[in-house]
Amino acid sequence: MPIIKTSEDRALRLGTGAFAVFVVLLVAGIGVVLTQQSVLSIRKFGLAFWTRSTWNPVSGEFGALPFIWGTLYSSLIALLIAAPIALGIAIFINEISPLKLRQPLSYLTELLAAIPSIVYGLWGIFVLVPIVRKLELLAPEWLKKVPLFTGPPLGVGMLSAGVILAVMVVPLTSSVAREILRGVPMTQREAALALGATRWEAIRIALGYGRTGIIGAVMLGLGRALGETMAVTMVIGNNPQVSTSLFAPQYTMAAVIANEFTEAADELYLHALIEIGLVLFLITIVVNALSRILTRRVVRA
Amino acid sequence: MKKTVITFAVLAFLACGKSETPVTATNATSSSSSALTINGAGATFPNPIYSKWFSDYGKLHPHVGINYQPIGSGGGIRQLTAKTVFFGATDGPMSDEQLKAAPGPIVHLPTVLGGVVPIYNVPGITAPLHFTGETLANIYLGTIKKWNDPGIAKGNPGVKLPDSDIAVVHRSDGSGTTYIFVDFLSKVSPAFKTRVGVATSVSWPVGVGAKGNEGVSGLVKQTPGAIGYVELIYASHNNIPFGAVQNKSGKFVTASLDSVTAAAANAAIPDDFRVSITNADGDAAYPIASFTWILLYENNDDHARAQAMVELMKWALTAGQKQIGELGYAPLPQAVVDKEMAALGRIH
Repeated sequence: MPIIKTSEDRALRLGTGAFAVFVVLLVAGIGVVLTQQSVLSIRKFGLAFWTRSTWNPVSGEFGALPFIWGTLYSSLIALLIAAPIALGIAIFINEISPLKLRQPLSYLTELLAAIPSIVYGLWGIFVLVPIVRKLELLAPEWLKKVPLFTGPPLGVGMLSAGVILAVMVVPLTSSVAREILRGVPMTQREAALALGATRWEAIRIALGYGRTGIIGAVMLGLGRALGETMAVTMVIGNNPQVSTSLFAPQYTMAAVIANEFTEAADELYLHALIEIGLVLFLITIVVNALSRILTRRVVRA
Repeated sequence: MKKTVITFAVLAFLACGKSETPVTATNATSSSSSALTINGAGATFPNPIYSKWFSDYGKLHPHVGINYQPIGSGGGIRQLTAKTVFFGATDGPMSDEQLKAAPGPIVHLPTVLGGVVPIYNVPGITAPLHFTGETLANIYLGTIKKWNDPGIAKGNPGVKLPDSDIAVVHRSDGSGTTYIFVDFLSKVSPAFKTRVGVATSVSWPVGVGAKGNEGVSGLVKQTPGAIGYVELIYASHNNIPFGAVQNKSGKFVTASLDSVTAAAANAAIPDDFRVSITNADGDAAYPIASFTWILLYENNDDHARAQAMVELMKWALTAGQKQIGELGYAPLPQAVVDKEMAALGRIH
């Protein structure tokens, strides 16, 4: 218990405390409302909702598996592409780039983060998808037998979704990673250089010093990828199927809610859509918790 | 101390949750003294003509202000049932269960007609292709996989169809356009009816989903071998060529304002106006056509607003019908208008 000196301090403590409590209540409230509003679907399908892969509004059969799969798969692809690029940008701007270039470069990456996702989606449809289709057409027959590359070359599908998500995640991850690197004391690098380390070795030491924050930056990017809606729905092909193929059209949780919510007049259908929202909410919490645990472990190691 | 803060916040939160209970239609509209504001919500397909109607009508009758939110047919039905809006609008008629769930009897009022057309991108083909209903159903079921399938070739003698795969494109968002399209396919193909069925969103056996008419047409344009379906208005405004579809009398008909109106003219219109006019009788009828409806309660607490809506509907069905062609909607046949005029007497 901190020592309370004056009435001012007391007010400060109460005021800020109330805000903190408010955040907790907000999160709990979202969970409660999502559960309440999806009760019909929860009652009808139970836990099987997570593992069923039928999504049929006509017959009232609903399952979330293809959407969960699509969300996790596309986010994973985005992360694999974005993390190295974002780190590279952060390292270049902070450690290597000439001073003159630093400001404009960081300004440009941050500009990318300010572009609305629908604009990314349009860019995806008109620029990215045709390029991806051409690449898919180039795939030789033997490659198309690998489960990762089966299916017709449509352009829209998991690959396009992963790439567009990566583009959207890069600015966020790189700007946080840059801040982290900037926070690493200069003495760390100087000490390394003084011991005869190369530039790369000095950077590695700086990265090691800031690894907690850097993992946090990547996880922030993952958070954005999990919830991203508009741009993804425009390029992923919106076909609820579980497929390992990068070429296959698939679906995500956020996209199905955005697509079908307005026309869902049937009660069970609506509740199933809201349960998808609940599943997304829970998965986001789990991913965040996992990233916390991961970060802690890295720090201890 | 801490406890009180938490209790207070919990109470505040619960209070917020409670405010979700439906507001009555009277309260939902602003109650400024002279002006009459009427709120409506629903289908996006008729939004361009509704915006024009409501703004033109507002100029003629400055005391009436209509505020229409194009949030989708499903949302319109939900909000009307909850009485958060005074009128709703939908592209597919309400089901019996939905009507039963509503707090009072609801009248369906057809306003304009729309059509859905097949669009495609087959390299080397410039002439408009002819599709039978069954062919379209089989393409969307995935049983016809190639453009040179005998099913397609039969309707297009003399056209050299390529041996390429068909890439099926459908709407990913719930939509009245999908409803009309699958309603037609279900009527002409029993297999489609059992496997897919009729709704604003369905479980498609094949293909990729794209958002909105623009998404579907964009994807079709880019993908060699693709087929999709869009609203007639969207296709004609954007000069997208589309195929002809075989009607019930066996004629291949290209969609146009006349052929869409012809579909409605030949249909038997029931008293509640809840009728599907896909696959209609008549040589000139285009088979993938539909009404779009405005939904009103028969008995309203607010008689002034009900009266204003009745007047507005009368205007829309007479003077209003004359301006819809320029926006690409097909006008209602006179018989339907007459029947609606009589039905408007039930609303008060």
